[in-house]
Amino acid sequence: MTQVETANATRGATSSKATRMLGVLSAVGVAALLLFGLILSPPDVAQADSVRLFYIHVPSAIVGLYLAFGVTCLGSIIHLRNGSVFWDLLAGAAAEIGVVFAGFTLVTGMLWGRPTWGVYWQWDPRLTSTSLSFLLFLGYLAVRRLDLDPAVRSKRAAILGIIGFLNLIIVRQSVQWWRSLHQGSTLNPVDAQIDGLMLFSFFLGLIALTSVFFWLLLHRFRVAWMEHQIEAASVTTALAARRSEAADYDGLAGNT
Amino acid sequence: MLRDAWLIASKDLRVEWSSKVLTGQVLPFGVLVLILFGFGISPDRRVVEAPERAVLEQVAPGLFWMAVLLSALLALGRSFAIESVDGNLDALKLTGLDPAGIFLGKGLAVWLELVALEVVLGAGAFLLYGAPLGHPGLLAVTVAATTTSVAAAGTLYAALASGLRVRDTLVPLLVLPVLAPVLLGATLATEAALFGPAGDGWPWAGFLGAFALLYLGAGILSFGPLLEET
Repeated sequence: MTQVETANATRGATSSKATRMLGVLSAVGVAALLLFGLILSPPDVAQADSVRLFYIHVPSAIVGLYLAFGVTCLGSIIHLRNGSVFWDLLAGAAAEIGVVFAGFTLVTGMLWGRPTWGVYWQWDPRLTSTSLSFLLFLGYLAVRRLDLDPAVRSKRAAILGIIGFLNLIIVRQSVQWWRSLHQGSTLNPVDAQIDGLMLFSFFLGLIALTSVFFWLLLHRFRVAWMEHQIEAASVTTALAARRSEAADYDGLAGNT
Repeated sequence: MLRDAWLIASKDLRVEWSSKVLTGQVLPFGVLVLILFGFGISPDRRVVEAPERAVLEQVAPGLFWMAVLLSALLALGRSFAIESVDGNLDALKLTGLDPAGIFLGKGLAVWLELVALEVVLGAGAFLLYGAPLGHPGLLAVTVAATTTSVAAAGTLYAALASGLRVRDTLVPLLVLPVLAPVLLGATLATEAALFGPAGDGWPWAGFLGAFALLYLGAGILSFGPLLEET
């Protein structure tokens, strides 16, 4: 927590110069992604226009499942080591955004599946494991929302965040293994003979969504930080009020 | 650590023995699930590609493990329900027992309860769904590894939710996605053990063993901080 961030938090704003810059960058990135993904990049030989979904589907999977839940895991480890509130709140904020990205991945995956496979849902390894990871972190968010002492809740959430991330990898590996025993590997979105402009659109998507992720993360984290400060402040205020009441009472008792 | 584990496990087993909740409620529930699966999947149905076995017989391994998993949720809830009354959890902490021992003890009790449950449900599945047993050795290893995975991961997550009013609804949400790979591995390994070839099942049995070890380790490491502040 830098001084600027603390100042912002106490003033009641979640934006700063940095987040505004990041926000503009995200907006420009998404606009450019739309331009390249929908208009400038060519349709695929095999998949025609449905390939365009990949420019947003694959980056959101990478950002949601690995970057966001990775931040959650990292924050959880640091929180368990030194009890840092900063990393705990960051872990929670990242998980919330990660779940949104994972949900987005599922929706775009199913939308891609309809024209490609003819059905919305195939027991495709990636789709299956993403749905399980999505549910896994919904459980994490449920624990974060428990009505518990904040320190206890953070500790339990941190344990869950670490194991959850490890489990995400196990789920992905096992489902992959399961399906590969029964059928050939599914279509690889980044195959060897990919068109240059397509590859560019894909990486543009990755950069744009990463920027969106960090932009949302900063804002969500600052909201959580303010909530934390209000909680802490309200305890202090209540204590002060009780103390002054007690002082008044003592004063009255002394007068009579 | 192991002595503490044995103390806790024998305490839990004695509680179960005298209360008869497992034999009187959880076990009948498991059998009920097995029968209901028979309603969900008609016992006479056969697919054209594999007419020699009824569908119910083909999917028997998965149904068996689903029934075990659902019953395990009840057994896990029960394992921590007996600790949450009368401040038992605080008493447990005051005993000064090694947290890792407490974890292993509770896990061991659940493990033994589940094995007993699996013997009955397994017999029921053979009886109701009529599947052959090709490779008993693979089946035994699969059952041991799967039960250890369920007991270890389940105990860890049930402890995470212990002492909460929402425990009963939270534990399934936390445990089931985590145990999804276990259900997958156990079903495929059991399919191989029943219908063969056994070579298809051994890698999955190995996967289940690795999963069990991972969660035993995670539980031993994290039970200390988990009990500390709850």
